[in-house]
Amino acid sequence: MKTEDMIKEITRISGGNPAKCMKCGKCSGACPAYDEMDYHPHQFVNMVLDGRIEELAGSKGIWNCLSCFACLERCPRSVEPARIIEAVRVVTLRKAGANHLKPDDIPARLDDDIPQQAITSAMRKYAK
Amino acid sequence: MKFSYYPGCTLSAKAKDLDEYGRKAAEALGITLEELPEWQCCGAVYPNATDEIATRLSSVRALSKAKEAGQTLVTLCSACHHVIKRVNGDMQNNIEIRQNVNAYLHTMEGAEPYEGDAKVIHYLEMLRDCVGFDTLKSKVVNPLKGKKIGAYYGCLLLRPGKEMQMDDPENPTILEDFIRAIGAEPVYYGMRNECCGGYITVEDKDQAKKRVNAITGNARNSGVDMLITACPLCHYNLKKNADEPLPVYYFTELLAEALGVK
Ligand code: SF4
Ligand code: SF4
Repeated sequence: MKTEDMIKEITRISGGNPAKCMKCGKCSGACPAYDEMDYHPHQFVNMVLDGRIEELAGSKGIWNCLSCFACLERCPRSVEPARIIEAVRVVTLRKAGANHLKPDDIPARLDDDIPQQAITSAMRKYAK
Repeated sequence: MKFSYYPGCTLSAKAKDLDEYGRKAAEALGITLEELPEWQCCGAVYPNATDEIATRLSSVRALSKAKEAGQTLVTLCSACHHVIKRVNGDMQNNIEIRQNVNAYLHTMEGAEPYEGDAKVIHYLEMLRDCVGFDTLKSKVVNPLKGKKIGAYYGCLLLRPGKEMQMDDPENPTILEDFIRAIGAEPVYYGMRNECCGGYITVEDKDQAKKRVNAITGNARNSGVDMLITACPLCHYNLKKNADEPLPVYYFTELLAEALGVK
């Protein structure tokens, strides 16, 4: 896909708008996964705008964002970084064989108390 | 007062306490919670991607059933509430999603079109807006005096504020008002609406631990003796992944206790 089409595609799927970003960094300041994300939320948004989507697709951050919506809530420009990160993640997962988590991985990660929603949400976030 | 009720999967399994105490307390308050005759798992996470249709269907089916029954839908799990409320918003405001969901449901199930006209509220909103915290207070037979309780909101109940429309997402009061109504003392702490790292617990336990330790540490330093939550995943995470956990309860358990039906 051409770079400009990829930017459009990510923007469309996300429902957010990276072009509205004013680079204030509030999203990254609010992010509880800041340390674990190799590209921080404000960088992520701008890299989408610059068409560096392949780089983002290979980054650790797409798996470590907590989808907590702190960035989305606190962004003064309605960029919706959480949804832009999600869009890069789903586009990555939709490629054949790209599942990040497989059903066979699950049993080893369970304990007696883990609620059903932890498993369902992990499969929804990390596999297609 | 009568409502349609959506318990969700986790409340039927690992979080039975949240559900059972919620039902008992409602009964004590003269509220009938009619469990939807058929419901499916909400999917546990809101489908952020605007082109996902299948993952929105179970929420729409639940909402349509409540509409058919002519009742407001009450949820109890924070995650279910988050998903169903936001999908309802999509059905109201996003033409493309509305058309695609309805085309699918009509073709596959012969369903009537649904346009987001059911109302869905969280159990806490039912207490605040339908019962009223003053009325609740007057029905308390066993006030939980002397308990210093930290409200743990987490992320899903409040955010995004303009979609969830439950409370001020940055300075919420609904759980503190609830704590006062049952006779206990709310303790404010900074991280009450920060994410505990719920679903990352399956992917990266250390990251979840780090979040939970920050939150429990902040609560303890602020004088909190116990935490309450409406989310089974937060409950699990706060209890299981903290190095020095605080006692954690579902808010419905304390409600049932205060109402004398525990
Ligand atoms: S949704 Fe993700 S990127 Fe945004 S604040 Fe939360 S963890 Fe950070
Ligand atoms: S908070 Fe919004 S405007 Fe500010 S850097 Fe982040 S995405 Fe851009």
